[in-house]
Amino acid sequence: MSDPDYLTLDRLTLAHDASVVVSSLEFRVARGEMVALLGPSGCGKTTTMRAIAGLLAPRSGSIRLDGRDITHVSPNRRGIGLVFQSYALFPHLSVAENLAFGLRLRKTSDHEIAEKVTTMLATVGLQDLGRRLPRELSGGQQQRVALARAIVVQPRLLLLDEPLSNLDANLRLEMRGELRRLQRSLGMTMIYVTHDQTEALALADRVAVMRAGKIEQIADPETIFRKPSTSFVARFMGFDNVFAARDGMLEGPNGRKVPYAGGPSVAAGYVALAWRPRDVTLGAGSHRGRIVVTAYLGESVEYLLDTPLGEIKVMADSSAPRYAPGSEIMFDLPFAKAAPLGAGAPAEKSE
Amino acid sequence: MRAIGRIVLGVAFLFLIGPFAVIVAAAFHGGDTLTFPPNHLSMRWIMEVLANRNFQTSFVLSIVLAIAATLAALALGVPAAYALVRYRPRGAGAIRGLLGSPVVVSGLVVGLALLHYVVVPLDLPVTIALFVAHTAILLPYAVRVVSASLVNLRVDIEEAAVLLGASRLTAFRLIVLPNIRNGLLAAFVLGFITSFNEVPASLFLTGPGIRTLPIEMMLSMELVYDPSIAALSTLLTLGTLIMVLASERLLGLSRYV
Repeated sequence: MSDPDYLTLDRLTLAHDASVVVSSLEFRVARGEMVALLGPSGCGKTTTMRAIAGLLAPRSGSIRLDGRDITHVSPNRRGIGLVFQSYALFPHLSVAENLAFGLRLRKTSDHEIAEKVTTMLATVGLQDLGRRLPRELSGGQQQRVALARAIVVQPRLLLLDEPLSNLDANLRLEMRGELRRLQRSLGMTMIYVTHDQTEALALADRVAVMRAGKIEQIADPETIFRKPSTSFVARFMGFDNVFAARDGMLEGPNGRKVPYAGGPSVAAGYVALAWRPRDVTLGAGSHRGRIVVTAYLGESVEYLLDTPLGEIKVMADSSAPRYAPGSEIMFDLPFAKAAPLGAGAPAEKSE
Repeated sequence: MRAIGRIVLGVAFLFLIGPFAVIVAAAFHGGDTLTFPPNHLSMRWIMEVLANRNFQTSFVLSIVLAIAATLAALALGVPAAYALVRYRPRGAGAIRGLLGSPVVVSGLVVGLALLHYVVVPLDLPVTIALFVAHTAILLPYAVRVVSASLVNLRVDIEEAAVLLGASRLTAFRLIVLPNIRNGLLAAFVLGFITSFNEVPASLFLTGPGIRTLPIEMMLSMELVYDPSIAALSTLLTLGTLIMVLASERLLGLSRYV
């Protein structure tokens, strides 16, 4: 049942005109799996998705789906669905006709079309809106129509391009839950493109973090969140304080080194350590810093510290003792809370 | 200041409407020569014009020519507009400029050039020559108006149709065409009126016994100086007015021009 090589991208290189956007990309998606492609804008995630759909011809490499090489199959014969960020509903057709469009092209009988459309509309909670035109619907309803239109033809793979980014926060949360439920109940293989890490973590079975046309790390959400393997992924997952660690020293982005005795002697070459703002402890420890900025956020207080390692971001409970800007304090970077980053991943400036 | 503004506005209106009022008034003059103001009102010349054989034949020619040339211009212009808007080929700007040239270049030059380099060397019959000339003159309008509505149609709507299983051609037929329908109708109305009123190029290309209506009118005016020309102008203006008002009402023509 669960075929781990259901979708395979093999050394895929994609380019717009002269500029290479994605180089030698490789990854696999299992049947029934939901994989999120996560990354900042311009990292190549949307380009990758368009190539899988067949809207962009790869410069080299191949794409296989369900045991068949589809690299050169035209997009209308791939059986791959796509939910566009803009929804891309057909403005002159009613909601029901939007859903029926793909079924008609598949020579489905009128009776069967009516049945499938009705069932699908009920699934996404739009059973009474079949006769409306897209422009008469709210953003959330249009989103559901776009999803229903892509699913009703039972694609072998469904791609979703930032489908929730045009919705307001509450609706986004609601749709996120519904999407997850739908994916589980249909067992449909999906690739979900987003720049929102919360969305990726909440929805996906596995998250692929992309950067500059390459995958930095691909793993289940918990691993990505707790054990990022590179400083880029670490920063993306909220480890704001990343330092190179070598020979018992921590090195800040400014190049200054500070002795660090918190962990085992970091003898094995170049390794970086990263901490979330919440995991830095204030008031005690072996490091000294000065509070530069404080921000009250309700349950917690955010501090920006000026230290020999550069700026460090700290988050503390608002019930804990407070520090005023300008005060000199001691702080600790506990090794137990640090994420050790792989070799060859020195602290990098965030982009 | 307001008073001066009103006066300027009044003069401008008089300048625009005045000649037209004179022509309409002259059309209902009952005498034998073109006279303003008419001294006794009559429908005589209106009836005369409607019964005139020459005017009838040239009217039919003009109508058929306008419809055929507009359809031909659209048949060439829609794919051209689609290619220019969607694929943005190298030199799209230059092609657009070239397509626009019949608008910029005087009709006399277009007519003379077509006569000298196309009609005479190929020995084209008069009707074909008129058809070719009008198609060439209307093409820029067709491309421009259709481009405007294509630009407003998002590309991803077509892509969505393709991913649901439609070929590019099916997607064009089922999704693009219905959504640029108003642009097509607007281009048709604009093309039809332009062709129907075209004089300078047609002047070179009409032959014995085959004349478009505006040419027929010019020739008849050179021969006789009676109110029939005013009567015909009034009828034509009325027809054009109805067409423009109807299309403005239905499509909002002014958005495209």
